[in-house]
Amino acid sequence: MIKIENLSKEFNGKNGKVKALNNINLELNDGDIFGIIGMSGAGKSTLLRCITLLERPDSGSIYIGGSDILKLSPKELRSARGKMGVVFQNYNLLMQETVAKNVAFPMEIAGSPKHEIKERVASLLDLVQIGDKASFYPAQLSGGQRQRVAIARALATRPEALLCDEPTSALDVLTTKQVLTLLKEINEKLNTTIIIITHEMSAVKAICNKVAVIDDGCFVEMGDTKEVFSNPKSSVTKMLLGEDLRI
Amino acid sequence: MEAFFNVYGSLLLDSTLETLYMTFIATLFSYILGVPLGVILSVTKKGAIASSPSFNSVAGWIVNIVRSVPFIILMVFVIPFTRLVTGSSIGLNAAIVPLIIAATPFVARIVEQSLEEVDRGLIEAAKCMGASNIQIITKVMLKESRPSLIRGLSISTITILSYSAITGSIGAGGLGDMAIRYGYQQYIDSVMYATVILLVVIVVLIQWACNIWAFKADKRNRN
Ligand SMILES: Nc1ncnc2c1ncn2[C@@H]1O[C@H](COP(=O)(O)OP(=O)(O)OP(=O)(O)O)[C@@H](O)[C@H]1O
Ligand SMILES: [Mg+2]
Repeated sequence: MIKIENLSKEFNGKNGKVKALNNINLELNDGDIFGIIGMSGAGKSTLLRCITLLERPDSGSIYIGGSDILKLSPKELRSARGKMGVVFQNYNLLMQETVAKNVAFPMEIAGSPKHEIKERVASLLDLVQIGDKASFYPAQLSGGQRQRVAIARALATRPEALLCDEPTSALDVLTTKQVLTLLKEINEKLNTTIIIITHEMSAVKAICNKVAVIDDGCFVEMGDTKEVFSNPKSSVTKMLLGEDLRI
Repeated sequence: MEAFFNVYGSLLLDSTLETLYMTFIATLFSYILGVPLGVILSVTKKGAIASSPSFNSVAGWIVNIVRSVPFIILMVFVIPFTRLVTGSSIGLNAAIVPLIIAATPFVARIVEQSLEEVDRGLIEAAKCMGASNIQIITKVMLKESRPSLIRGLSISTITILSYSAITGSIGAGGLGDMAIRYGYQQYIDSVMYATVILLVVIVVLIQWACNIWAFKADKRNRN
């Protein structure tokens, strides 16, 4: 249901052109938890920004639910966005609104009826286990709780896919584990496809059934998590696995 | 002291009320005009949600030109327009017209600055959720910058208050007018001091009220 073909993106940096993404291909099945792992500057965020169309790729196609989102009109695109929820490293919550309001936000934008929003917000907050925090403001929550709010918000429009950019990079080990567990539960309960972008090997190992290793804008390795990690071929993968820390 | 108040008390009170009236009405209208203008200045910046750099620089220039004209000159310059709007070129309501003209670009810049403080990540998150530009402006930018907008309001109001005193020089009424009439033209120092004290008190009160309001409105405070 998510398929990416020949995606490329170049930036005009200060020292000439930077090929941030070079011919990326990828296909996900419903219910996959797909990890994209790579070193800093490899192009992970750029890939996610292209999938969410915050950045316009130079070439390629991105199919979500059958249609190429790069070919949609701005209006069609706005409604297609409901099919994917995005979770950010630094949460990006509305700091002046309550937890409940934050979760309601995507539905308000979509113009859902009030009573429906209210019910859905309550059930989402229960799902992410912060039902008691509905009237709190983000500033009153811990990082882990904020990320739960962000996940609930991303799920509000019943997306087919959840895209997470470094969702646990700002969290400690225990909180990371809890958030990853939550993502896994969501994947199992709602059959939501999840893409997780990360530089943490442990996160991929913990919940991803598939993984792609990105280096310098290219996927250098892709496949079932177990296979890729039990038999790493590229030097980047070995490095990420910590097998190549000789200096 | 008592003699002073017997002579000037009611006049001081009237002048204070006139100053408050001018300041309030001028602030109100300059916000009605200045907020949309500030939003436009902010969202048409390069890379912003309605990016249009050439439009932005034209609008920016107009704002800068009006802002760089000293208020006392602007006031005289717009007299024909003032007459057209209020039917007169002197008096309280006539003073409000140049006040609004001078304050609107000022307010626009203050609002623009507050909107700049809104986290770009938040705007991107809203975009990812399918928000239209209008929704981003009303539900994200103006909402998230509320505390900063309130602090800006105190700066704007105080600036308009000080402009309003200048309108005294064309006989607009208010504390500025009184200070010029009695203090400057008739050398009655005590009236001058009294108007200054009253102006200081008003400034302090505005500042204090806005500070409390901004603090209460800011949900980033963990209270
Ligand atoms: N807007 C931009 N303008 C110019 N160059 C950019 C821009 N965005 C990203 N790049 C470049 O593209 C490359 C990939 O960046 P990207 O942010 O995708 O890396 P990343 O894998 O997310 O790294 P990190 O783990 O540090 O977040 C980098 O070389 C970066 O400098
Ligand atoms: Mg990144």
